Parts: sequence; C-alpha cells; structure tokens
Amino acid sequence: MSITILYTIITLSMIGLAAAVILYLVASKFKVYEDPRIDEVENALPGVNCGGCGFAGCRAFAEACVKQNDLSDLNCPVGGNETMAKVAAILGLEAVKNEPRVAFIRCNGTCEYRNKTSTYDGVTTCAAAALAYSGETDCPYGCLGYGDCYDACDFGAIDLRADLGIPLILDDQCVACGACVEACPRSLIELRKKFPKNRKIVVACRNEDKGAVAMKACSVACIGCGKCVKECPFDAITLENNLAFIDSDKCKLCRKCVSVCPTNSILEINFPPRKIKKEEKEECKTEK
Amino acid sequence: MLKTFKNGGVHPPAHKLSADRAIEVLEIPKTAFIPVSQHIGAPAVPLVKRGDTVKTGQIIARSNGFVSTNIHSPVSGKVKKIDTLPDSSGYPRTGVVIDTEGDEWIDTIDRSETLVKEFSWSGKEITDKILEAGIVGLGGATFPTHVKLIPPKGKKAEMLILNGVECEPFLTSDHRLMLEKADEILVGTMLLKKALGVQKCYIGIENNKPDAIRLMREKTKEYPEISVVPLKVKYPQGGEKQLIKAITGREVPSGGLPIAVGVVVHNVGTAFAVYEAVQKNKPLFERIVTVTGKSLKKPSNFKTRIGTPIADLIEAAGGEPGDTGKIICGGPMMGKAIAKREVPVTKGTSGILLTGGNETKRKEQKACIRCSRCVSVCPMGLEPYYLMTVSEKQMWEAAEKNHVLDCIECGSCSYTCPSNRPLLDYIRLAKGKVGQLVRERKNG
Repeated sequence: MSITILYTIITLSMIGLAAAVILYLVASKFKVYEDPRIDEVENALPGVNCGGCGFAGCRAFAEACVKQNDLSDLNCPVGGNETMAKVAAILGLEAVKNEPRVAFIRCNGTCEYRNKTSTYDGVTTCAAAALAYSGETDCPYGCLGYGDCYDACDFGAIDLRADLGIPLILDDQCVACGACVEACPRSLIELRKKFPKNRKIVVACRNEDKGAVAMKACSVACIGCGKCVKECPFDAITLENNLAFIDSDKCKLCRKCVSVCPTNSILEINFPPRKIKKEEKEECKTEK
Repeated sequence: MLKTFKNGGVHPPAHKLSADRAIEVLEIPKTAFIPVSQHIGAPAVPLVKRGDTVKTGQIIARSNGFVSTNIHSPVSGKVKKIDTLPDSSGYPRTGVVIDTEGDEWIDTIDRSETLVKEFSWSGKEITDKILEAGIVGLGGATFPTHVKLIPPKGKKAEMLILNGVECEPFLTSDHRLMLEKADEILVGTMLLKKALGVQKCYIGIENNKPDAIRLMREKTKEYPEISVVPLKVKYPQGGEKQLIKAITGREVPSGGLPIAVGVVVHNVGTAFAVYEAVQKNKPLFERIVTVTGKSLKKPSNFKTRIGTPIADLIEAAGGEPGDTGKIICGGPMMGKAIAKREVPVTKGTSGILLTGGNETKRKEQKACIRCSRCVSVCPMGLEPYYLMTVSEKQMWEAAEKNHVLDCIECGSCSYTCPSNRPLLDYIRLAKGKVGQLVRERKNG
C-alpha cells in the first residue's frame, strides 16, 4: 500500500520536473523583450481603461509614453498633472502641465423652460430618438434626456435628473475623459477649462434657430442677440449661427455677460449670490 | 399559381379605406413651404430670392450634382423668404416659402387633358427632360429618376419593372392613379423604356387590386412589350428587391443595386410624372396623396401641390378626429410619425395616416422568447433578433458582419414579434452607425 503511494509521488514529481524544465527552456528560447518601464508606467496610471487619453486603455497609453519618449502631446485626463508627473519621473522626461478640464452639457432646457409638444414612445436611447425625429420638445438642438451620456460615464459623474429632464454633471467626479462627448448625438457636451471652486460662466444652449423660433421652443434659449459679445471685455464670446459661445480659455469669470443676457441663457455656476440692490429693483418696476 | 418573393413576408390587414374614392384636386395652399432637399442626394441650390415673383412650374432650385434634382414652384406668387423650417422629422431644413397669388402657370406647360401618345424623342432627350422636370421616385424613396436611367459603366439594363404593388396597408394613391390614368402611365412606361433602351417591361400589381389588373391588361393589348404580372398579396412586395425576385426570380446581390441583375424598377406614379414631364412639359410639382385613418370622416385621395401643409389635407378629409394619437407620413409599416401638422407635403409623401386609440400605443416590451418569427418573416434573410442584440450592446462590427446594411426597414420583424420588441428601432440605429463607420473607412 505505502509503496503504491511512494510510486505515485515519485512519478508525479518526475512529470512535474520534466514539464518545468521544458517550460523553462521554451520560455528562455522564445522570450520577448519588453521594456520594464512599461509596467512601471502602467502601475502609475489610474487603471480605469476609460480611453480618455485617446488610446485603447492604460496599457496602450503606457506603451505610447515609453515609445514616444516625449510627453508633450500625451495626457491622462483622469490622473491629471499629478499622474503625468509620476510618469515623467519614471521615464526621466519633463512633464507638460495640462489645464484640468471638466465636461459641461450646453442645454438648460428643463421641463420648466421647454414645453413638450409631442410624445416619443420608441427605444429610450438618445441615439435612437435623435434618428427618429427632433425630440419631444420644439427645440431640435437640445438635450433629449434619455441618458446616453449617463450610460457612457465610467466615473458616476453624471446625475440623471428625472425631475429636470436633463442630466447634470458632477464636477468633482468628472475627469474629462470625453466619453460623454462622444456619446451625445446632439453634440451638447463640451470639455471646458476647470476653474477654482468649479466656477463657470457658460452659454447653456445650442439652439441655432433665429431668436423668435428659439424663444418659442424654450424660454432660456440663446437668441443670438449679441449683447454678451459686446459686453465681454476679454473677447471670449463669439456669435455664430445665432448662437453665442464662451471660450473658457479666454473667460476671466467677470460675469458681465450674465446680467445682459435677456433670456438668462448664460449661467453663472458656483458663485456666491450677488448682492441685489433693493431700491434699484423697485425703481425698475415702477418705471415699467 | 401567382408569383411572389420567396423569403419571409407578412400579411398585415389591408384597410384600403380610400380605394373607391376618386382622386380629388385639393385647393392651392395660401402659403407653400418647399424644402430644397426633397430627394436622396445633394440638396438643390435656390435660384430665387426674397420678393421675387414666381409662376407655377417655374424652376426655383437647381440640381447640385449628379445625384440631385431640380425643384419647381408649385404655386404662383411672391417669394416670402428663404429660410429654415422644420421638415417632417422636426429638424430644420432650408426651403423656399411662397405666398400664393392666383394660379398662373408658365406658358410652356400644356394644360389640356388630351392624351399625347406619339413621341419621337431620343433616349437622351427623355432623360434630360426628366432631370429638368425634377422627377424622383414617387413610391417614397425619392431617388432621382434620371440617375436610374443612366446605368453605371459596364452594366446594361435588360428589363424595366413598373411597381404598382402598393403593399403598404391603407395607401391607395398608386391604385387610384392606375385606375384613372392608365393610358398616361403606359405612355410614361414607353418613354422610360425608350430612355433605358430595353425590350421588355413588366407591371407588377398585387392581386388585391383586381380592377387595376383588369384595366391594365386591357390597355396593354396595344403595347405587346408591356405585360401585367398579378402578384400574390404579401408585404413587402413593393420593395424593389422583393419585386424583382417575385417577377424575374433574380436576386439582387447583397449591397448591390437592381441594375446588377439587369433590372430597373420605377413606380407607376413616377411613370405618370414622366408622361407629364415629357409629353406635356409639366415639371413635378403635384402628386397624389392618400389621407386615411379609421376614424377619419372622409378618407380620400388628393391631387395636391408640393408644399401644402399636411394640416390642410387633414382638414379637407373631414378634419382631425378627436381620438388621433399619431399622424403618420407614409403607411403604417414604413411611415414615420410627424411632430407637427404644419410640415409640407413633399415629393416623397405618398400618404397621411391618422391612427387613434389603441392602434397608436406601443405594447409593453417583453423578453425575447427565441421563437425566431422575426427570422422567418425577414424578406432579406437577416436575423433581426441578433441585430437588435448587437445594436443594444453597441457591437457595430458584429452588426456589419451580419449585413445590417441590407435591411430595407420594412418593419416585418417588429410587426410580427409576439414580445413587442422594438427590433427595427435598434436595427435602424445600427444601420446609421455602421453606415457612418463605412463612410469613415472610405474617407480614411
């Protein structure tokens, strides 16, 4: 009995040893040299494989970093400057500082401001709805509200607000990977410069219709009046196709455009409330 | 044994409510909105400007490229503006808005009703006249007709098939046209035949229109080259590829055009328009539109000017019933619901259908039970359940590999699904995405 067990152990050990020797020989014969720095760089990356850098996952980005030997046009939006500094340290290169960015949905057409004029009962994805027709409201440019951006976001940075009818982006979670930008069939989402305290001044509209038509569809639509363009001291605002656009790289958050906008389509977000001079307001009312 | 296509097909109830209603001429609209893109291909370029006076039949937008065509004014009056207005899908489209004043036609149009049978045009002249008159496929696909008459290099047309199938439920515009304008259609067919240089011509008509078959058979006695083929009733027989299969037994290869098997298909409405354009010098600015619906007071067939608001047509058919849920542009199978009643009739509007009550609502979607009915009814031999799944999962390459681009969007799969799954919605989505991928690949 004990001899049978002994034989078994010896036979199996021999097979194991032989297999190990063969594996060792094969491994050393067909060894592919890989730069060990790729692994190091990959470990320094966030590892979410979001594709925000433009490569197919973190490994591909690490390979590109090592191969290109120049970090000027490579950026991991998720890790930001901190991660890129680490990568640069591993590779002995100089890190290029990139402005942090944040996504913003350029539509404020909530249920309150935009009336429903028809009902859509098809597949509830934005892509399918946009293919079928211009949407449940009269605005053919605005948010459809079925949440393709929400589905695309890997970071839980989009809040689908059923009460508003449009999604909101949570600035602190957003890493500006750009997945939602790709997903939106209406091209509403823009990656903007991230200001301190998540402050921003934005034209929350994409409607290119003429003023009267745009106003009829949505009470907070940009009507292309151009008042903000004249008001802006930094030339940050451009008007094209009846639509104003604020270049976040030029904007200095002075908020002058906000008060001149007749339809309140320019939003100031995360600012402390303004001091309203009571007397002035009353005067205005009596004048009217 | 009547002919039909082999793969798939469904039998939706016909509901041809307006089949015995003669074509009525609809009043000219007070203002007409004429989009410059009423056809497949490049939009036409407007030739008029604000304040111009135009006559009925005058060219107002010029064809821009080979696959494109001319647009003519359907009314006489003053050009109010050239602007973007919503089309039937609700998206803004450029077009010409004309305020109507009287109805003064351009002098070159022969307005008499007399039938002009004889012609001595060459094929080239006929094709040029068709382009000049802005004729497109009036079955609904609106492909410019002159393009179909000029076969690509190395291909030769052997026969012409005239499509009088009208397999969509509810629609009767082609049926009425065949009954009332049979002679004109046949002259138009001879003109198309001459332009193509083919010997043989078939007219396919489904067996649920026996009066049209009888009349056409009688009239074709003097045209030995044209034969009428009665077809077994089955949807979507009016699809180009299905009709070719039914009549000739030939199968158009995947991704190919009918010309690949030597066939060119034209709608009977197109043949009538060709007759008017060549023999009467009348450009395409009118068409027959069926206005129908179960609760509609007076389902009718109207001869209406392009640019007439759909609301006017509904009003003329007895007004909008209270239970209207959807207004569909086209038939119930392939038509699209419109978002606004103000959108105009275009060259491709074959019918307006008002659905109400339970017909309108989609039923609750349930899980796929793997019954494979969608596979057995697909006339293109595709696997709709699989295409839907890959589309849901955004696997566009898999959709392409499974020939999603061959889908003709007939809706047989969605119609037949016992679980009410939105198969076609997803397939359409995949078609759009795959088409985009293919174009990107082509452009590098």
